[in-house]
Amino acid sequence: MFAFIVSRILQALPVMLTVSLISFAMFAYVGDPVAIMLGQDFTEAQRQALVQQLGLDQPFFVQFATFLGNAVQGEFGLSYRLSRPVAELIAERAPATLELALCAAFIALAVGVPMGVYTGLYRHSWLSRFFLTFSLIGVSLPTFLIGILLILTFSVWLGWLPSFGRGDVARLGWWSTGFLSWSGIKALILPAITLGLFQLTLIMRLVRSEMLEVLRTDYIKFARARGLPNRMVHFGHALKNTLVPVITIAGLQLGAIIAFAIVTETVFQWPGMGLLFIQSVGAADIPVMAAYLMLIAAVFVTINLIVDLLYYAVDPRLRIGRGGGH
Amino acid sequence: MLRRMLCRAAVVAALGLGLGAAAAEARTVRWSASGDPNTMDPHSQNVGTVTMVLQQIYDPLISRKPDLSLEPGLATEWRQVEPSRWRFTLRQGVRFHEGEAFTSDDVVFSITRALQPTSNFGIFVDTIDRAEAVDAHTVDIITKAPDPILPNKLASVFMMSRSWSERNNAARPQNTRQREEMHTVRNTNGTGAFRLQSREPDVRTVLVRNNDWWGWREPQNRGNVTEIVYRPIASDATRVAALLSGEIDFVLDPPLQDLNRLRNAQGLRVLEGPEVRTLFIAFDTYRDELLYSDVRGRNPFRDLRVRQALYQAIDIQAIHRTTMRGQSVVTGTLFPEQVQGYAREEDVRLPFDANRARALLAEAGFPNGFEVTLDCSNNRYINDEQICQAIAAMWTRIGVRTRLNAMPLGPFFAKIQRDDTSVYMLGWGVPTLDALYSFQSLLATRNGAQGDGIWNYGRYSNPAMDALIQRMKVETGDQRQATIREALRLYRQDLPHIPLHHQMIPWALRANIQMPHTANNQPYFRWAVVN
Repeated sequence: MFAFIVSRILQALPVMLTVSLISFAMFAYVGDPVAIMLGQDFTEAQRQALVQQLGLDQPFFVQFATFLGNAVQGEFGLSYRLSRPVAELIAERAPATLELALCAAFIALAVGVPMGVYTGLYRHSWLSRFFLTFSLIGVSLPTFLIGILLILTFSVWLGWLPSFGRGDVARLGWWSTGFLSWSGIKALILPAITLGLFQLTLIMRLVRSEMLEVLRTDYIKFARARGLPNRMVHFGHALKNTLVPVITIAGLQLGAIIAFAIVTETVFQWPGMGLLFIQSVGAADIPVMAAYLMLIAAVFVTINLIVDLLYYAVDPRLRIGRGGGH
Repeated sequence: MLRRMLCRAAVVAALGLGLGAAAAEARTVRWSASGDPNTMDPHSQNVGTVTMVLQQIYDPLISRKPDLSLEPGLATEWRQVEPSRWRFTLRQGVRFHEGEAFTSDDVVFSITRALQPTSNFGIFVDTIDRAEAVDAHTVDIITKAPDPILPNKLASVFMMSRSWSERNNAARPQNTRQREEMHTVRNTNGTGAFRLQSREPDVRTVLVRNNDWWGWREPQNRGNVTEIVYRPIASDATRVAALLSGEIDFVLDPPLQDLNRLRNAQGLRVLEGPEVRTLFIAFDTYRDELLYSDVRGRNPFRDLRVRQALYQAIDIQAIHRTTMRGQSVVTGTLFPEQVQGYAREEDVRLPFDANRARALLAEAGFPNGFEVTLDCSNNRYINDEQICQAIAAMWTRIGVRTRLNAMPLGPFFAKIQRDDTSVYMLGWGVPTLDALYSFQSLLATRNGAQGDGIWNYGRYSNPAMDALIQRMKVETGDQRQATIREALRLYRQDLPHIPLHHQMIPWALRANIQMPHTANNQPYFRWAVVN
């Protein structure tokens, strides 16, 4: 087990290195931070001075090495745009994104799994047909459009929920949370639905097809033959066996939710890391962009590791396989 | 009789109470625009999003009225005692928000701070040699050469407290190499009408009324707002939705396509007004061969007839009507009328005439036209990409096959600042509200000196124009006015640019808020009245 974790971490290192190299190389094309920082009025001398100050006159690999060296120590420098330490900026925004992502994932699982089970069991009921049609909307409509439609309905027409922002947040040490105030919870609803809808429909369709698959297998027939009640057969035997692929997908999707919260955060002006990233792109704020991409890569690597470990918990065959030394 | 008197007393008392209650009542304005100020440092970033918040908090020596003309600010009087020496008499009894008295020493400090290399406000102080305190409430500013428009420039330089800045290690504007955040990035201490109460970058910035502000005694500052909450919303659709749903009271930059809807919405209104920003097309008139064209061995844009042909090929009224939906002021000159030096006689366009354009092209030796790439931003000016699309189509119609290269502002500015362009569209604002700013930046030959030709990426160069610009820098009065007029005439003859239009900047707000629309796109909440 320990050896397994170590080997996964070692595998992750080249991934991180590649991500950092690619993202760093990309930044050469997002625009000139110097032009943006100098504003409308400057002399050539001022421009040269700033280029030197930022180290942009160094060759590419020297810049990259300096960046890596600092990054390893957790030092990402000062944001060009906001003149504040990058690590601090990201730490400030992370709670917003994580709360949003966890809520979205929760909605996706809490609604998606039961819907999937239901549509798997009662394939021909009208409710199943409705769920499947509804899931098409979730899969096919782009996130920003869903967000705008929700805003239009629930904020502009009905006036029930706020259209943007995070409401009132409470500070718990370095963490800021919207769960402790009514306005914070209300503000969370629309973005969480927007962000979770795609995952919800994905999980629902996945659970449905897995259920259909499992229900055809012999041991379900035997279970029925033993006279077990339906509830036991469906949830004890069938659902449990559909969970391995669901965990894989849900885990990877959690990474995707965090990484691709960018669109949702922009639509709802949600003050998380995605919004920070988009604004940094506009200003060619290289330190923030680099740190963000590294962080997202780290999140994916970590989630992958956790998913692998969860397999062990869910699927006894894997444990036996390892232990037996096949 | 007695009863009547009692009645009257009761009414008066009730009124008095009512007024008292009204005065104490919180009047909050929640407003929004797409961007958040990057810093609260008054000399670090010369951009509209920063200034629009800071000018509520800090005062300059000389303020502006709603029509943007000058009026006394922290200085009550100013005059040119010698050609290179301006004397400012400071207002008595002014205090900073944290209690320090405002004196001439703070002025000397603030000017010196704005002069630091890390300051972004060089253009407003570049002619200043030094500032000297004469006594506690008199300051002399000595310029390197006579500067006739120093007061206009100083209207953009905010005054800070020396003791507060030095105590907080902020005697210079932020240096990008520093590892630490400076105190002034998130804290302020001004003398202005509002104090910064709290700030969460990109989320919310709350200002509260400074009841001790000197300006509340002046009759023009009748504002009754007690709290201003700024909440940036980057997405256009969400910003409009927040206004419609009542979460926001005022949107500074509503998208053009939503204006009709906002006009018709209950309880909202749209304030329309011009902005001091002019869009134009500029040509590479420097290279012997264009970078992005199929013409070899010569540069068609060096031929006045070609520039004129492209000018007359543009149906600006169509762009005004369709692309801008009427929200632009068509122009034939370099800057709008709010700018000192504007001359109506020079604001005349060459007529739209596609046949004449084709004839001119043939005359210049391009009967079959040529190919060229037009560089354009797509998120900097109102409908910038659509304007360029329209122009590209109009040019193609007369035979100049135009490829459009539209980019976000980051890569766009990076590209044109490398002179890596053949023809581009730019929008130019004039914060000093004086003609020199435009001429010097856009049309002077680039020579490395501060300001000269720094935004002249077509590298237009005409010794006659340069001479006029040098004269503009030192002349005063009618003589200067005549010089600017002459330069504007030369601009029309030489056609280094094709002028297009001045931007209009509609503001959308709740109908119960009264405030003047200002052409620098800066809302002044000291004039805002909420009913």
